[in-house]
Amino acid sequence: MATFSTNQFKAGLKLMIDGEPCNILENENVKPGKGQAFNRVKIRKLVSGKVIEKTFKSGESVEGADVMDIELAYLYNDGEFWHFMNNETFEQVAADEKAVVDSIKWLVENDVCTLTLWNNNPIAVTPPNFVELEITETDPGLKGDTAGTGGKPATLSTGAVVRVPLFVQTGEVIKVDTRTGDYVGRVQK
Amino acid sequence: MWQPSASIPTLKARSIFLAAIRQFFASKDVWEVETPILSNNTVTDLHLDAFNTQFNFDVTGEQKSLFLQTSPEFAMKRLLAADSGAIFQITKAFRHEAAGRFHNPEFTMLEWYRPDFDDKKLMAELDELLQFTINTKPAIYLSYQQAFIDYLSFDPLATNLTELKSIITKHSTDEWLQQETKTDTLLQWLFSMKIEPLLGLHSALNASENPEKKLSSDDWTPCFIYDFPASQASLAKVSQSDSRVAHRFELYYQGVELANGFYELQDNKEQLRRFNADNALRVQAGLPAKPIDNNLLAALESGLPDCAGVAVGIDRLFMLKQNLTHINQAIAFDVSRA
Repeated sequence: MATFSTNQFKAGLKLMIDGEPCNILENENVKPGKGQAFNRVKIRKLVSGKVIEKTFKSGESVEGADVMDIELAYLYNDGEFWHFMNNETFEQVAADEKAVVDSIKWLVENDVCTLTLWNNNPIAVTPPNFVELEITETDPGLKGDTAGTGGKPATLSTGAVVRVPLFVQTGEVIKVDTRTGDYVGRVQK
Repeated sequence: MWQPSASIPTLKARSIFLAAIRQFFASKDVWEVETPILSNNTVTDLHLDAFNTQFNFDVTGEQKSLFLQTSPEFAMKRLLAADSGAIFQITKAFRHEAAGRFHNPEFTMLEWYRPDFDDKKLMAELDELLQFTINTKPAIYLSYQQAFIDYLSFDPLATNLTELKSIITKHSTDEWLQQETKTDTLLQWLFSMKIEPLLGLHSALNASENPEKKLSSDDWTPCFIYDFPASQASLAKVSQSDSRVAHRFELYYQGVELANGFYELQDNKEQLRRFNADNALRVQAGLPAKPIDNNLLAALESGLPDCAGVAVGIDRLFMLKQNLTHINQAIAFDVSRA
């Protein structure tokens, strides 16, 4: 794998740091007028998802990480692995629980998700920004309340729990923003 | 990308700002000079890298390298040695470094020299210039030693690698810091990362409690750091009363380094010793040694008046005056559009 000098640091560059593939979120050059230059970078560790700050002595080189994002449709879970398929080549990829743990509750069959591969193995699965899911359980709610004040919890078919307005009922399909877990609206069937 | 990176109203304000600086010096009988941007020699600093170019028409008939100046310091000192008296210059300077929020590889520098001034007197005049051009509050003054004691609770003049590394573990787990072999590099890291962002910030404590708070220029006072360690003396005289420190100062405002000044070294032998020591460090770091400016040494030998001098980053100063967030917005065309 190629190495990258601090001069090549920029947002989006994937590096191996502490044995883990990382994505640079921000890079800033810190150069005292008469002193050693440094790079201050904010990075996301791609396996753990942690965001950390690191500094480098300018001019040093860091190993690149063989990381790429691909778009695959979610198929099914066999109890151990979550299976995804490329809709054009029909090639399938299986992700383990560690890779999907943050997105399990948003996985909807046939939805196209982003899989991050490191050395061709999936290390993270990002669901689409919006998913549509059926409500399996929620309190009937108060009659006459249509303003949606406060709302109530609703359990969705995947097990996710979101706050919905009081007028939304069991059996309805709703749209949810997976980045925030917020209710967006009802979906007409 | 043919369009300028700064707006036209900003560039007009810059023109007025530059005129105010010239007015300031005219009122003090400091006259404006121009010296070559292209030079046969350059600085030997380990951490300064000059651009160079080829000259094919030298009188010797040989092709030779010319360097773009990193500052006009050497040429201005030669004028001083020729009895120029107090002089200033607003010029382009060049440093071969990555562009960033606070740096463009080509930038505008204000530099001036005052015979019969020491570092204290020159800091006061720079403070006056700031108040006149960008309307700041009177500056505060902090020695390099006191800054480390106040912000990091240790004495930078009585420290060593082991102590520095143990202090750094409280702030960073970066491995290279633990392997570093130069105390100055670790001091510079602590200064840049942990002290500089807080210098002159009134509510330093409140800011760390409330990082969401947007800071405005009202929250800041310009802050001078003086008496740098003798190991970072650069071209400053070492103090006669305390040989651990040199008469070098820097100015910080809103977390940005704006100026670097010296009570100037006059001793040509000491100057040559420092150039050679710099070049030895360069070779040790795998960098080429730089040609030594014998014209400067000859001027010092002939006699540089007792004087102080300072260089100010004009693009940065103007950027802060206008509340701009990136230096590209303070100059007509940044390096990517040049």
